[in-house]
Amino acid sequence: MNTFTVSPSPHIHSGDSVKKNMYGVIIALLPTLAISIYNFGLGALVVTATAIAACLLFEHLIQKFLLKQETTIWDGSAIITGMLLAFNIPSNLPIWIIVIGALVAIGIGKMSFGGLGNNPFNPALVGRVFLLISFPVQMTSWPTIKNTFLSYTDVQTGATPLSVMKEALANGELPTDVLGQIPSYRDMFLGLQGGSAGEMAGIAILIGLAFMLFRKIITWHIPVAVLGSVFAFAGILHWIDPMMYAPPMFHILSGGLFLGAVFMATDYASSPMSNKGGIIFGIGIGVITVAIRVFGAYPEGISFAILIMNAFVPLIDKYIKPKRFGEVAKKK
Amino acid sequence: MLKTFSLGGIHPPENKFSAGQKIESMPIPSQVTIPVGQHIGAPAAAVVKKGDTVKVGTLLAKAAGFVSANIHSPVSGTVFKIDKVADASGLKKESIIINVEGDEWEESIDRSSDLVTEINMAPQDIVKRIADCGIVGLGGATFPAHVKLSVPTGKTCDVLILNAVECEPYLTSDHQLMMEKGEEIMVGTSILMAALKVDRAVIGIENNKKDAIDHLTNLASKYPGIQIEALKVQYPQGGEKQLIDACIKRQIPSGKLPIEVGAVVQNVGTTFAVYEAVQKNKPLFERIVTVTGKSVSKPSNFLARVGTPISQLIDQAGGLPADTEKVIGGGPMMGKAIVSTDAPITKGSSGILIVKGEEAKREKMQPCIKCSKCISVCPMGLEPYLLMTVSQKAIWDRAEEEQIMDCIECGSCSYTCPSTRPLLDYIRLGKGKVGQIMRSRTK
Repeated sequence: MNTFTVSPSPHIHSGDSVKKNMYGVIIALLPTLAISIYNFGLGALVVTATAIAACLLFEHLIQKFLLKQETTIWDGSAIITGMLLAFNIPSNLPIWIIVIGALVAIGIGKMSFGGLGNNPFNPALVGRVFLLISFPVQMTSWPTIKNTFLSYTDVQTGATPLSVMKEALANGELPTDVLGQIPSYRDMFLGLQGGSAGEMAGIAILIGLAFMLFRKIITWHIPVAVLGSVFAFAGILHWIDPMMYAPPMFHILSGGLFLGAVFMATDYASSPMSNKGGIIFGIGIGVITVAIRVFGAYPEGISFAILIMNAFVPLIDKYIKPKRFGEVAKKK
Repeated sequence: MLKTFSLGGIHPPENKFSAGQKIESMPIPSQVTIPVGQHIGAPAAAVVKKGDTVKVGTLLAKAAGFVSANIHSPVSGTVFKIDKVADASGLKKESIIINVEGDEWEESIDRSSDLVTEINMAPQDIVKRIADCGIVGLGGATFPAHVKLSVPTGKTCDVLILNAVECEPYLTSDHQLMMEKGEEIMVGTSILMAALKVDRAVIGIENNKKDAIDHLTNLASKYPGIQIEALKVQYPQGGEKQLIDACIKRQIPSGKLPIEVGAVVQNVGTTFAVYEAVQKNKPLFERIVTVTGKSVSKPSNFLARVGTPISQLIDQAGGLPADTEKVIGGGPMMGKAIVSTDAPITKGSSGILIVKGEEAKREKMQPCIKCSKCISVCPMGLEPYLLMTVSQKAIWDRAEEEQIMDCIECGSCSYTCPSTRPLLDYIRLGKGKVGQIMRSRTK
């Protein structure tokens, strides 16, 4: 008699895997990496390679020696953390600082909470914010984009549009005058502005978003909610007093907003499970970002905004439920 | 835009290898095993004993209660014994074993193939005949058909919905039946409409069966009130709740039955059985079974007597391939793995699916990455990842609060999960527990 495998249904699987999703995100990050290398040359390469290597190494060491687990570094998620950490720091940051950032990102941000899928906060942002607070000078001297290809730490630095705006407004200048001193909206969108290694080019990030939507890696809800709420909140402020507040398009195109909205806020583990929850989460991020940029001490607020909203995710998941079948009929 | 249900759903590879294969009658086996419980509800009580002579269509076991169904003999011969025999799942069930002699039918059955269109029975007589003939839902759920047709007092039914979507991959028995017995299905539909006293029926067919849609649409012009609805191919559209939502945009509230929104659903194969019962006085003792799989040399649609060993159907389809790892009764999404092919086919056997080698194996489970894909495919709007977690941790009150009992066990979550987590396994476990707790509470 034959013996068969007996197991409960379903008996087929889609073939989707953690790896396919993670490497899909990595592919989506490649246009951004390309523009980063075009803008910052060798520095971008060194920073990205260092961050990825350090993240992989720390995850491996922690799994092998502390947790005594099978190592899972090639599932792609540590590579993403490394890339996102690199894209969130200046491309002239010394290697030893990057390594510390990677240790905090992987060690504290990810592994201490249980590893893949269990991190309450975006690990790359945990690393980034740790560095921003610990090394404020190195973290806020951004290379300008017209350097020679082979420059790294010896690079010429300059202010980003966001910091120019913040300082000018504090000095009583008009937003419209400041807009003349910084790259045009078109240039900002194409990535021709200073900033962290991977946050300059909206267009590259939107290509990545289109790829992730097409491959169904993420849904549109969180990115659209973040960008929409930033536009709306900044727009309202600008409409109330155009002499005091920068126009909404400036907020959309400057700083790390695109990178945050598309790649950081959508981190699976640290974002809400339901689409409705994702929209609330995204609006929270947008509003807090603008509030920090306009009223806070820092020129940029997207990192803090995402981390703050990450903390609300368990609450959002508990109370915001997906639409159940038959719910509408019940209310009638 | 074609209609479909509102929430979730997946589209697995269709793999309908046996599509278009003419229905082929299986040879009558030399011995048949007839379990007395082939339906949802109480098993029927045997009315024959060892040594009795039976004909094709003789009553073997009588329905034990309202939610139960009569069982008739699919063969003529002598009752060899009544014993506990392992069914396809390996569970020992009371069965009547008959040694076959010839093929002699009860005289009351009209064996001609003439189409009888005229319906001259009163609604209650139709329902009684359907109960007498032991008709159960042939889509796989095997719910006694007469129960659904007996609308409880205080409820009204205004539309009959026929399930012809065959949303399970691989299966083609309903499709082929529609192509070959379209007229009979139309008459069967009219009979069901008469029994329910409704003047509207919607036959939902997925758009991967365009020939069946065209064929039935042509026929429907002769039958008033019957509408053919082409639906987008989307699993699990054959779920009652999803089908009603897709066809007439009404959503059944949590924990309620289709009648709550004025609908009764019957499978298209059941409708054909109803035609034969009412117009030909033929009890349900044979059905169409698809035998298929990637490694099967001759994927087929067989007309087989209930009680025929599964192994004989497989032999007829070219034999069991040597690399077979798993045999499934039904489709790959909701079918049950078969322990032994010695077991007989029953009223609910819509298909036999052969799976080879690695495809039968599950991948190792990885941690949940909270990608929320299980939520986006759940046709009931539930959160499978959460239901699995609370079931693992045995937090039954939370499981109930999160509407675990609404799960229709379609398997879309487990199918989709990138971490290959056995979501439905744990949800089933939780449903069992929560169901137990809920029943103990009402007592």
